[in-house]
Amino acid sequence: MSDSEKKKPNRRDFIVTATTAAGAVGVGAVVWPLVDQMNPDASVKALASTEVDISAVEPGQSITVLWRGKPVFIKRRTQDEIDSARAVDLSELKHPEKDEDRAKNPEWLVMLGVCTHLGCVPLNDKGDYGAWFCPCHGSHYDTSGRIRKGPAPTNMEVPKYEFVNSNTIKIG
Amino acid sequence: MSDHEYTPKSKVGKWFNDRLPLLTLANHLTDYPTPKNLNYWWTFGGILTFCLITQIITGIVLGMHYVAHADLAFQSVEHIMRDVNYGWLIRYVHANGASMFFLAVYIHIFRSLYYGSYKSPREVIWIIGMLIYFLMMATAFMGYVLPWGQMSFWGATVITNLFSAIPLVGESITNWLWGGYSVDNPTLTRFFSLHYLFPFLILGLVVLHIWALHVPGNNNPIGIDIKKPSKDTVPFHPYIVIKDAFALLIFLLIFAFFVFFSPNILGHADNYIEANPLVTPAHIVPEWYLLPFYAILRSVPDKLLGVIAMFAAIFVLVILPWLDTSKVRSTVFRPIYKQFYWFLVADVLILGYVGAMPAEGLYLLIARVATAYYFAHFLIILPFLGMKEKTIPLPLSITEPVLGGSADMAMAKNNSDFKEKL
Repeated sequence: MSDSEKKKPNRRDFIVTATTAAGAVGVGAVVWPLVDQMNPDASVKALASTEVDISAVEPGQSITVLWRGKPVFIKRRTQDEIDSARAVDLSELKHPEKDEDRAKNPEWLVMLGVCTHLGCVPLNDKGDYGAWFCPCHGSHYDTSGRIRKGPAPTNMEVPKYEFVNSNTIKIG
Repeated sequence: MSDHEYTPKSKVGKWFNDRLPLLTLANHLTDYPTPKNLNYWWTFGGILTFCLITQIITGIVLGMHYVAHADLAFQSVEHIMRDVNYGWLIRYVHANGASMFFLAVYIHIFRSLYYGSYKSPREVIWIIGMLIYFLMMATAFMGYVLPWGQMSFWGATVITNLFSAIPLVGESITNWLWGGYSVDNPTLTRFFSLHYLFPFLILGLVVLHIWALHVPGNNNPIGIDIKKPSKDTVPFHPYIVIKDAFALLIFLLIFAFFVFFSPNILGHADNYIEANPLVTPAHIVPEWYLLPFYAILRSVPDKLLGVIAMFAAIFVLVILPWLDTSKVRSTVFRPIYKQFYWFLVADVLILGYVGAMPAEGLYLLIARVATAYYFAHFLIILPFLGMKEKTIPLPLSITEPVLGGSADMAMAKNNSDFKEKL
């Protein structure tokens, strides 16, 4: 109607366009709160970081903590495990990542214990690489939590974390 | 449903329409012939549909965050207000939306009373409307219980105790309603379930209400039967759609004023105190839209009779089409009824006012007089007035008085207007 190649837009065209534009803004302003209410709310965001005491974890041991409703593996690796993780040639990997990048402090591997295939929790000290194995669909992970065999597309995710002091990790 | 044939233009449209005639329905709703003299009091049907949809959408959203448990409900409402993204907005729209819904429904009902829209052949529309109104009150009452504040709890206690007035089985019925020996968690969970269900029943009744309306077509301000379609009608779209949309926008301005500038003015501060079964608030009143009935309940000094009077006040509306014996629909042509109509409006407002005041002294006396007048209006005045009243002659069509009206007609109308002023 307001296509003005042939005729000059008149005042009615202006009113129609202005009304439609104002109406669209109004509808958007109504719809957005109805959509946004399903996003994580303030009480969920307030729990977005967790501090973990790791003083009792011995070399070779792994603990699992809950962060944002998901398990986080905190593994204190032995020297053998570190060496085997760092010896791997990147070209062998489906999702090439250096162990040095995944574990800043080589003794401590911190990652989301969630299989990147469909979200199951992998088992510790299992699988072809003596590290993690997902029982749901058979994904094998190495001692750096990298995918080596099976349907998972990527390595287990390393969350944002920091050492608050030598005994405490803050995740998130 | 449609009384004229319709064939979609496109092949796909025709194929589909032969199997499910949705396009015929859409065409019927678009072309639906509407009296051309409908005034703004006729826009409240659309406004009410909007209110219902708003309540359902915001209600579904609140249901995602609300927890129906006596220990958690109050906190979950505070959680909605403080933590959930835009939760404050959605809850305020829902809470004030209930008031707006009732404001619109009262205008809609009094429109029907003024223009005689409940009379033959529209009795079924009216009765369905009354069912909707009754379900609305039940839904609103149960919704008010859900935040589990002091007013929620004690309102629920008082209203459910109405049923204890029933002789012999009263106590068993209240225990059955409560799921226990007082209002408690089982009461809350069943109220939540039913509060979620009823709006969908209302929605179904609204469809029947509109369906029943589309059989005889709209009444109109002069209340005469008209030919459809004719010079006296316009198609629903665009004429009525635009008018309804404009009225809805004005209504939304008022709605938005309450939501954004005084969201708690229609509520009670006591409901921000968590329910406490050991302490009743000093002054307990229902929401404003139930006040006239509450006044009737309290004006009768006997427990059972008070409850009967309150339910009778609603039932008397249901049988209104048979209580009003006048064949003339519109109050425009009923000079004496017009005065009684405004007396009734004043009476209901007075009942609402005394319903909010303490039931003692002068207030109680006024409530009793107003209650008596309320029933007298429907049970005595309407049946007799319909038989006695001398009405003003009706025009033959909507356009006649303006375009082709005879001089006599105009004279008659002027004369009676003149008499009325005297």
